[in-house]
Order: sequence, then C-alpha cells, then structure tokens
Amino acid sequence: MSSAQKPRTIDIVERTLRKRYSAEKRFELYGLAAVISGLGFVALLFISIVANGHTAFYQSFVKLDIDFKAELIDPQGKRDPADLAKADYDALVKEALRSQFPQVSSRQDKRELNKILSSGAGHRVRQRVREDTGLIGTQRSLWLPVDDEIDLFFKDGSTAIDTIPGEGIASPTGVEGEVQVLLTTNSFNAVLNEVKESLLRKALLAEKGIGDLEMNLQRIEREIAALDRQLAKEKAAGNEGIAAGLDTAKLNLLAERKGLVEEAAAKTQEAADLRKRAEAPGGDETLSADLPSYLVRINGGLVKASSVNNSGIGGKVLLPLSSATEAGKGDWEILRLAVPEGDRRVKDQLIAWITKLQAEGRIEKGFNSNFFTSGDSREPELAGIGGAVLGSLYTLLVTLALSFPIGVAAAVYMEEFAPKNKWTDLIEVNINNLAAVPSIVFGLLGLAVFINFFGMPRSAPVVGGLVLTLMTLPTIIIAGRSALKSVPPSIREAALGVGASHLQAVTHHVLPLAMPGILTGAIIGMARALGETAPLLMIGMVAFIVDLPGGFTDPASVLPVQIYLWVDSPERAFVEKTSAAIMVLLTFLIVMNAVAVYLRKKFERRW
Amino acid sequence: MDNSIAMNESGYSSKSGVSSDALGERKISGTVGEVKVADARMTCRDVNVYYGNKHAIIDVSLDIGKNEVIAMIGPSGCGKSTFLRCLNRMNDTIDGCRVNGRIKLDTQDIYDPQMDVVPLRVRVGMVFQKPNPFPKSIYENVAYGPRIHGLAGNKIDLDEIVETSLRKAGLWEEVKDRLDQPGTGLSGGQQQRLCIARTIAVSPEVILMDEPCSALDPIATAKVEELIDELREHYTIAIVTHSMQQAARVSQRTAYFHLGNLVEVGETTQIFTNPRHRLTEDYITGRFG
Repeated sequence: MSSAQKPRTIDIVERTLRKRYSAEKRFELYGLAAVISGLGFVALLFISIVANGHTAFYQSFVKLDIDFKAELIDPQGKRDPADLAKADYDALVKEALRSQFPQVSSRQDKRELNKILSSGAGHRVRQRVREDTGLIGTQRSLWLPVDDEIDLFFKDGSTAIDTIPGEGIASPTGVEGEVQVLLTTNSFNAVLNEVKESLLRKALLAEKGIGDLEMNLQRIEREIAALDRQLAKEKAAGNEGIAAGLDTAKLNLLAERKGLVEEAAAKTQEAADLRKRAEAPGGDETLSADLPSYLVRINGGLVKASSVNNSGIGGKVLLPLSSATEAGKGDWEILRLAVPEGDRRVKDQLIAWITKLQAEGRIEKGFNSNFFTSGDSREPELAGIGGAVLGSLYTLLVTLALSFPIGVAAAVYMEEFAPKNKWTDLIEVNINNLAAVPSIVFGLLGLAVFINFFGMPRSAPVVGGLVLTLMTLPTIIIAGRSALKSVPPSIREAALGVGASHLQAVTHHVLPLAMPGILTGAIIGMARALGETAPLLMIGMVAFIVDLPGGFTDPASVLPVQIYLWVDSPERAFVEKTSAAIMVLLTFLIVMNAVAVYLRKKFERRW
Repeated sequence: MDNSIAMNESGYSSKSGVSSDALGERKISGTVGEVKVADARMTCRDVNVYYGNKHAIIDVSLDIGKNEVIAMIGPSGCGKSTFLRCLNRMNDTIDGCRVNGRIKLDTQDIYDPQMDVVPLRVRVGMVFQKPNPFPKSIYENVAYGPRIHGLAGNKIDLDEIVETSLRKAGLWEEVKDRLDQPGTGLSGGQQQRLCIARTIAVSPEVILMDEPCSALDPIATAKVEELIDELREHYTIAIVTHSMQQAARVSQRTAYFHLGNLVEVGETTQIFTNPRHRLTEDYITGRFG
C-alpha cells in the first residue's frame, strides 16, 4: 500500500526530463555562440589586417632613363669604390626625371617635381653602379621607387578623378602659362552649377555656424544677467569684497561677448557673400583650393581652371598643350577631383605629372621585394622588415639553443631522477611561479645582469635570446614534465625489466615517447618568445636600426618591436607597413604552430 | 617438518591448528609446508617489505628451485606481486618502498649495496601483467635487450637471437613476415608472447611473471600457459596468478599468500587437493578471496 502512494521512479524521472534536456540544449547553444563569436573576432582581425596591409607588398615604380655620366659618377676614371660611393646620384635621378618634363623651369616647380621620387632613388642607382661599374657612361632605363605619398595616391584611390565629356568646340588661347579655354556651347554651365552648389553648401555651413555662435551669445547674456542680479544683492548687503570679485567676472564675460559678436558678424558677412556668389546667375566664379579642382584635358595638355564662366574657363597650364587649335566634341574633356586641393597631400600639378607618366607607361606597380630585404627607414617606401626578421631569427636561435636542452634536461631530472622531498617541491613551485612572472621583469633582469653586470652588448640578439630563454624555460620544463608524466610507467618497467639502466630507459623509451609533448611545449614557448616585446624594450632592442644584423652581437630589432615602432610613426604609409609586418609575424606564428601540430602527429605513438 | 627455518614455531603443523580468529589476525607466524628445495635458484629469508608505514610483506621465506614453475596465489592485496617484484628489485622504482631480509640469487645477495641492478635484471627477467611492448617494431622489441647489453656482435647474430627468442615464445610463425611492424599492432595474446620473447632474448636465468594472462582471452591464455610449460626446460619461472586453475595447470609448486604472509607452500597437487592450512583451504574452495 505504501508502494501505491509512492510515485514510481520513472514518473519522477520523466517530470524532470524535459528540464534536463532543455538545459543541455541551452548549454550547447551557449557553447556554439561562444565558438562562433570567437571565430568571428579572429576573422575580423585577419580581415582588417589583410585589408590594411596587403597593399604594402606592392609598390609603384617609375621608369626613368638615366644617363650614367662618367664625369659625374667617376670624374677620375679610376672606378674606385670610394669615389663611386661619393658621387651625387640624386642629381642623376633628378635630371632624368626633369628630362621628362622639359617645360618645368622654376625652382618651385622643380622642387615639386622631385616629390615624385623616393629619397632613396639615388641610393638605388648607387647600388646598381656598385654592382655593375660597366653602367658608367651608358644610358639605361631603371625602375625606381616613387615617394610614399605618390604610392598611396595610386593605392588608396581617395583622390578619385571623374571625367565629364566635353560638348561643343573648345579653343584654348595659348599652350603655356595662364590661358583661357573658350567654348561655343555653354558646356561649362554644369561646372559652374556644381561650383555654385559647393558655395551654397559652404554658405549653409556658415549659417549653421552663426546659429551656434548666437546660442553661445545667449548663454553669455544669461550669465551676465545672473551676475548682475547677484551683484546688486551683494552691494545691497554691503559685501564689497565679493562685489569686486563679481565685477571682474562680469568684465571677462563682457569681453567674451564682444569677441563672439565680432565673430558672428564676420561669419554673417561670409555667409552672405557665399550665398550671394551661389545665387548670382551666370557670371564669373573664382575657384579656390577649398573647392573641388577642375582640369581641362585638351590637345594633349592639361589646364587647371581657376575661374569659370558661361563661355569658358581661365587657368594655369599644368601640362603644355601641343597646339592652340580648336578641339571638337569628344576631343576634350573635363576632369573633376572632388576632394579640394587644400585637403590633399598630392597637389593638382603633381597629379598632372604622374598621370602623364602613367599614361606613357612609366609608372607601374611591382612586387615590393624591398619590404622583405631591407631594414627600417624613416621613409615608408624604403622601410622593410628584413632586419627585424633576421633579428627575430637570431634571437630565437639563441633562445632555442639554450632553452630546449636546459628545459628538457631539467624536466627529465625533476621527473625521473630527483628524489621527492621538500626541496624538490620548493623548486617545482618556483618553476611554476616563474612561468607566471610578467615578461618585462625578465627584461629588467636581463638589463641588470647581462648588460650591466656582464657587459654584454646592447640591442643584441644574444642578450634578447638569453632574456627570452629565461622566459621560455618554465614553459618548456612544465610541458616537458607533464609529457614525461603521461608516458605510461609500463614502458619504463619494460625497459628496466630487460636490464636497461635508468638513463637508458629514459633516453631510449620515455623521452622519445614524451618528445611530441615536449616539442609542442617548446614550440608554443618559442611562439610566445617570437611575439614578445616588453622584455626586449628593456635591453635596447627598440632602437631604430637601419642595417641588417650580421650576427648574434650586432644591434638588431625583432618583428613585434618593429611593429611597435611603425605604429608610432606619423607617416600615413606606415599604416599599411604595420599591417603587413603583422601579417608576416602572424605567418611565422602560424607556421610554427603548424610545425608543432605536424611534429605531434608524426611522432605520436599509441601504446 | 624437518627443516627448522621460518616455520613451526607456533606449531601450525596442520589445519586443525588454526584458530578461527586467525583470519582477522594481521600476523600469522610461520609458513605451513616446505619452503626449501634441494637445488634452489633463489633463496629468500625473512623478507619484509614496507610501503611507507604499510607493512606489505611479513617475514616471508621461500626458495625457488631450478627449472621449476612456482605459482604464487592469494587474494588481491596479499602481497604476492610485491614479493615477486622484490626478486629483481623492481620495487626500487617505487618511492617509499623498503625491503628487509636476504634474497639470494644462487649465492649472491641481490640487496647487497654492491649489487648492480642492471646485471641482476638481465639474470632475472620479468613479464608484466599488462602486455607492454615498446612502441617500436616487433624486431626492435626483441632486439632491444641484446643490443643494449651488447650480446650480439653483428646484425646476423642479432637476427638469430631475435628469431630464436620469437621461436621460443611461439610467436615466430605468426610474425616472421612483419617484423618491421609495430609491436603494439599485435593482438593482446601476441603482445604478451612478444614481451616474453623480449624477456628471454637476454637469456635470463629466472623469469618472473606477474599475472601474465589476466588481460588475455582463454585461447591466448592457453597459448601462454603452453609456452610457460615449454620454457620450464631452460628457465626457472615464478608466476603470480589470480587463476587457481592456471596455477594448477602450469606450476609444480604453489605458494599461498595472505595479507602479506606466506601461509602455505607445497607441491601444487598437494596444495590443491589437500591444503594443510585453513586459510588455504578457504581460498581454494572459494570461501573468500
């Protein structure tokens, strides 16, 4: 009878079953969401880095016909390397560039023209001459890197150029200097309207500015009124001290009000002018650097509009026209650069020159091998990660050569040979603690011990390697010990059972079986060391080093420090360099992890 | 009854002498039966083993005769494996394990501080409970011992040792075509015979077997038992087993351990047909254990 009242077990189970299943489902969903969001972030990271950085692997080069004049390069004709190194190759390069634009004559224009080339172009030519002195006295075409701003102009496309086809017949009044391009139809109306629209937008912006100023003014009026009331109160109460203080405050406010009123008046005037210009029908309009640029391409030349009216434009010739003959419909066009010249690094004149070079096939994008082979530079187009990669390589070699044998030996000793007592316990605890020490502390230790006490060279991979060894050792020891621990004791006993000595049992059987685990730990430790920045800053590997390190004691930088240095650089072109360097670093890390996985799979044995 | 060593002090000469509360007693003095044999290979006298504070083997004396198979039986935790591992000092690898008493191989005290365990383990080989081939090829498994001891002058000698050992272990016909394949790929019974081949490859004088068939199916067990019988011609074998049938089948003498004591030892037929100690009788008749 008691069994009749008691609910059956299966009923109780079924009551809670639905809840248990839904809890399971929920947990599964949470896990899935966590994995997906994690992957999403990784994907986002990779996409943003690749999107920012992939352009750094390509660079624009300009082809120049260089006349290797013997009297300039080697006036004494002795082919002495010292003489060859001293020659002014920059002059050669600039001359070659100028020969492309014979009409450029003023100093200012020449300086502007030289902006096309990288400041390292001359050095490139010097290298070519050093490699092959036979070039002297000949003429050759060389592909030389362009300046980073020009490079970016081609890469980022932020300076979009729209083409408006020309209607009617256009006739220029000259081929050089200030000219006018006259039209039979009112094709320039469109341009004029656009200019007026831009002016109107500016007027509206100015009017909005007036509104803001007036609100400020009202706030100040209110404050003054409040101050007045308080002043009257204090005066009535006879608090002369406080009243004097309030007086000065009021004076300050009045001065501020005066300033605002003047500013508002100026703004009102400006807005009124802009609106007047915008609303005036037809008429001449002057184009300034804060308005979009309009260029007219006609008769093989380029005219930049500085004024526009219904019947034509007036402006400066950027590229000389071949003739002043009339151009019919379709033979001329208007180019519009929507970004105002004042907001651009690359001015209209430079754009005119480089588009001409481009049209002649003298500018091309090429693989930026320089990025991989050269060291750091202040010029983004010359900067490379070669030095940092070599520095990382040397540093990691030192780290690997020291930390792997020491770490494995320590792990084997601790796990297989050391007696178990409180001393070994203490050592074990401290090794685990070392793994948790912030890496910058190891850097300080390296600075104090290796550099100050032992007098080792600063910024050198050997010191970096030593410091990273200290950092990596605990990781390898801990990984090694757990790998050794996971080898079944039956293998050890089997070896001992046939009469192997303890060391033979360990080296022949236990260690090979633990090797995949040890290697994985070592490579993970190495990967951490590769990405480490902080301790290396302490020992001077953060220096700006242009030369490639030739050995373990040469000053060097490493990849993560190079990234850190470039992130800090103000030049816009370093953005893509930084991302590209991150890509290289990530590639190294991924390769190392892949090797770890491969080794683990290869040496993994079942027992 | 005529030998004076380690027995009969308390007069347990027959099963009638055992008091009913002896089961719960920790200390059972003396051993029933003859612990000595005429041509002993190993002689153990008053062996005590401690794991830390735990007294695992209490005053055990036992001889292991030449070319005999001695089986050690007893309930779990009775110390038979511990005792076996004393015989080639495998207990050295266990932290906190102490061994007292004298164990001699022929005339040599194996616990002498001068004694080197490496030659000892060459002379006293061991086969473990779980087949534990090295994760290497079959050939390498057998060749490992001879190689580290330098038993073979050249490759031909080594090949011969491997073949002889595998033949003796009854495995040659099954594996001769795949010697380069991993030993871990064999079946459980084959693995255990491989381990036996590996042990006999270094020509030991005594082979210790710690429940060699506990992980094997009956067919593989039969093969290993057959093998033990054949090996008896050349080797002295001490085998620990949980299976009384196995002990009855393969051994000439049987020792019954209980809670660290060697309770009774004697001819296998005598132990299984006419046990003299009450505990032995209870165990073999299945009353406990």
